Amino acid sequence: MSATARAATATMPPSPNRERRLAAGTAAPAIVILAALFVVPLVLLLIGSLLSPAGITFAEYAKLLGTSHYLGVIWNSLRLALLTTLIALAIGYPAAFALARARGAMRSLLLATLFLPLAASVIVKAFAWTILLRSDGLVNTVLITLGVIREPIRMIFTETALIVGSVNIFLPFMILPIYSVVAQLDRRMTDAAATLGASPVVAFLRVTVPLTVPGIVAGVALVFSLSVSAYVVPTLLIGERYPTLASTIAKAYLLARQPAFGAAAGVVLLVIAVAVITISTRLARFGGGR
Amino acid sequence: MSTRIAIVLAWTAALGAAMFLLAPLLVIAAASFSPTPVFDLPIGGASLRWYERIGRMDGFWPALGLSLQIAALSTAISLVFGTLAAIAITQRRLPGSDMLATALTSPLMMPGLVLGIALLQYFRALGLGNAWTALLLAHLVVTLPYIARTMIAGLARFDFTLVEAARTLGCTYPGAILRAMVPALAPSFLTAGLFAFLASFDNYPVSIFLTDVRAKTLPIKMLQYIEEAPDPTLAALSTLILLATVILLILSDRLVGLHRMAGTAE
Repeated sequence: MSATARAATATMPPSPNRERRLAAGTAAPAIVILAALFVVPLVLLLIGSLLSPAGITFAEYAKLLGTSHYLGVIWNSLRLALLTTLIALAIGYPAAFALARARGAMRSLLLATLFLPLAASVIVKAFAWTILLRSDGLVNTVLITLGVIREPIRMIFTETALIVGSVNIFLPFMILPIYSVVAQLDRRMTDAAATLGASPVVAFLRVTVPLTVPGIVAGVALVFSLSVSAYVVPTLLIGERYPTLASTIAKAYLLARQPAFGAAAGVVLLVIAVAVITISTRLARFGGGR
Repeated sequence: MSTRIAIVLAWTAALGAAMFLLAPLLVIAAASFSPTPVFDLPIGGASLRWYERIGRMDGFWPALGLSLQIAALSTAISLVFGTLAAIAITQRRLPGSDMLATALTSPLMMPGLVLGIALLQYFRALGLGNAWTALLLAHLVVTLPYIARTMIAGLARFDFTLVEAARTLGCTYPGAILRAMVPALAPSFLTAGLFAFLASFDNYPVSIFLTDVRAKTLPIKMLQYIEEAPDPTLAALSTLILLATVILLILSDRLVGLHRMAGTAE
């Protein structure tokens, strides 16, 4: 490697062939890590989900996709991810604009509120929500004091608690990608639209929104794929009554010792994540190309 | 008029989001001073007893040590290899650079549990029984995408003629990278390193399948504590980690600016 580098510097300008070899050399370790520790294990998992002592079988997939219980489990995972993503987008999109307009200490403070939660373990944050949401918890106390409700509402171990906790944990992953796109927006584009007679609403919808599509897509893909496979949040905030694909996989491996079934559930989860990423990348190309 | 409504709406969302994100952290900090052994808000007096108990939690020090080792080592290795790959990708001297970029960042979107079970079966098939090695290798896959993503974004805005200039002035290629590129990309390195370290340090879904009785990472120990006896010791521990992060964030803000870090986060 260093011999190649020295040879390349000795002959100026370096030949394109040598440069390409140098580039291949620098990228090689990362490619090896990715192939050996990510691609090959996933391919083996796919193969493992199709093998039984009797040969190739689709029995595990038939069990997953053919019984109403497991279809419900898949729907639970999708529903959690859809609701989390939509709510996070509704809060995160306008928030990213304010963040991009903020300056000085205000900007630093707001950004710190995005970075800081990443330092607290998901486990501890989810547990904090169980304290906030239980019947004698802070949220109920505040709502009763304000006169919004008379009796404490049961929130913990309900879908509400699950969605609140999930949005809370994944929201920074929606705001950050949108923010980094909005922060680089060229103000002259909307000014030009205004000069050409567009009202602020039209300028926003037809100029600003399309320009931010790459950020939206990155945020949506990230939050969806993180929340569809969340394990800790559903386990602590709703538990057994809301089985997800993630909890099914964990159970199959850690308790039931059914690795083939777990592998099949893993492949289904993988297919959902890949599908969402592929579709959103296509949409980004379509939206960004306008 | 509609512009003003939009601005009010945006600020409401931003401040609401900030309070919403801070809420559980405040609860954790408050609960860490609880005088009672219940994980609860400290009503009627504060106490520091849970801070004293952190170090005496069963199996705490080995778990913390293991998590720190794995997070630091995997982040360091990924920083080196991820940055090297990002240089090759952004300089576009390789065929299929875009595909490689997508491939390197794709594990970020992959369900952690699936990676965990895939690696469990894979390591078993290879006969790799050592939990420490298995965890380190697995966490390379956890940290590498964060580094690759941030460094590709950062390098895309870096002027490579600076490296060429340094080489013309007599630097070797590695020397030119170290002297011309590394200082200019400090914010990207900081962001990449921070995100990768935290992702590894807090990882549960991959690690759970690779630990054994002797080697348990901190998140796995923590979930075990919460399920067995949720006393405020965990809140005290998290408060200390949060405090360290606050200091780190203030330093980062002074050194490079948090907005520059957030700008390279995607």
